[in-house]
Amino acid sequence: MIQAATTSSHISTIFLDFGLLALLVIVAFAIVRMRSLFAIVMLQGVYSLVAAAWFVTLDAVDVAFTEAAVGAGISTVLMLAAMLLADRESTPIAMKRQWGPLAVVLIAGVAMLYAVPDLPAYGDANSPANSYVGTDYLAKTATEVDVPNVVTAVLASYRGYDTFGEAVVIFAAGLGVLLLLGLNGNAGRYRAEVDGHKLSPEHAPSGSTDKPAAKHSSEDAAHRPSITQFEGDSS
Amino acid sequence: MTPESPVSDPHVLLRVIAKFLIPLIALFAFYVQFHGDYGPGGGFQAGVILAVSIILYALIFGLDEAKRAFPPALIRIGMSLGVLLYGGTGVVAWMLGGEFLNYSALAHDAIHGQHWGILAIELGVLTTVTSVMLAIFYAFGSRQPDIEDGEW
Repeated sequence: MIQAATTSSHISTIFLDFGLLALLVIVAFAIVRMRSLFAIVMLQGVYSLVAAAWFVTLDAVDVAFTEAAVGAGISTVLMLAAMLLADRESTPIAMKRQWGPLAVVLIAGVAMLYAVPDLPAYGDANSPANSYVGTDYLAKTATEVDVPNVVTAVLASYRGYDTFGEAVVIFAAGLGVLLLLGLNGNAGRYRAEVDGHKLSPEHAPSGSTDKPAAKHSSEDAAHRPSITQFEGDSS
Repeated sequence: MTPESPVSDPHVLLRVIAKFLIPLIALFAFYVQFHGDYGPGGGFQAGVILAVSIILYALIFGLDEAKRAFPPALIRIGMSLGVLLYGGTGVVAWMLGGEFLNYSALAHDAIHGQHWGILAIELGVLTTVTSVMLAIFYAFGSRQPDIEDGEW
């Protein structure tokens, strides 16, 4: 799988890595700065896709595959589905409430930077991942499991218990969602409530494309007659 | 959902292209599933991709149509069936004289047993992941009526 890279391709890979990481930082800042939730959800998908491309350059194709399928695919769709129940714009938070989170992020970031020198170099043959049981799997897969992709052999056979646990975790997650929400939601009869008022779908925050969220409360009174009319229709 | 004439449908291009893509996405999911022994991929990724093909169908043609194509009753069965298939493979291996989830006991030949075991548990993962992803999507998507065309 891993070929000895020539010097020129090695340098171009480094440039690719830096380019992709720079792109990740740019997308992350764009997500933080944006207010439109739709754009943020889309950018999160972009972030996952760029991360997947970066994993490919690191030879972690299986992880990249999962990142692309789950991060860019499923979670984008689920975030969109969740967004339908909320406003389309996020409300800005006052600066004085942001000092605490900023401090947490800074301390965590400094702690991680402090830990970086202890990490093994990329591709280090003596790193924990490449010694102990990892080398065992690489050496024995061909004779014991005879599956060309060692990742699959480790995942499904050597670490079958872990994967079983993962399957059960996914099952439990699905079970939790079904218990809380029900498989049919309540078949579309739910109405988003903004400021404690039930809204009909044409006035729900997800249904309005041109009105900012702040105007809803003042408009609720005018819309109430149409709500009763709509709920009569749906039953 | 159905327009009076094809011309009045503002998303006709989207629908036609999606109709062409959805079977290909599902086919790719099965490629990822059964090629997982040879290349990147496996039950988890394949399950997500298979779920995405149905979710795309729901996004383009509406949730009700998607529920007709993939009934919610299947989800409840699929979720548990996948975990049962995984656990059951382990129990069968156990009964045949190996340890729990030691697939070598599944066939006369240890390597064949490993292959059968991996095939079975990957199928279990595929079933559970597809069902759970669709369950989450159905549960969230059903809480609000479909957005009308043109409001996007």
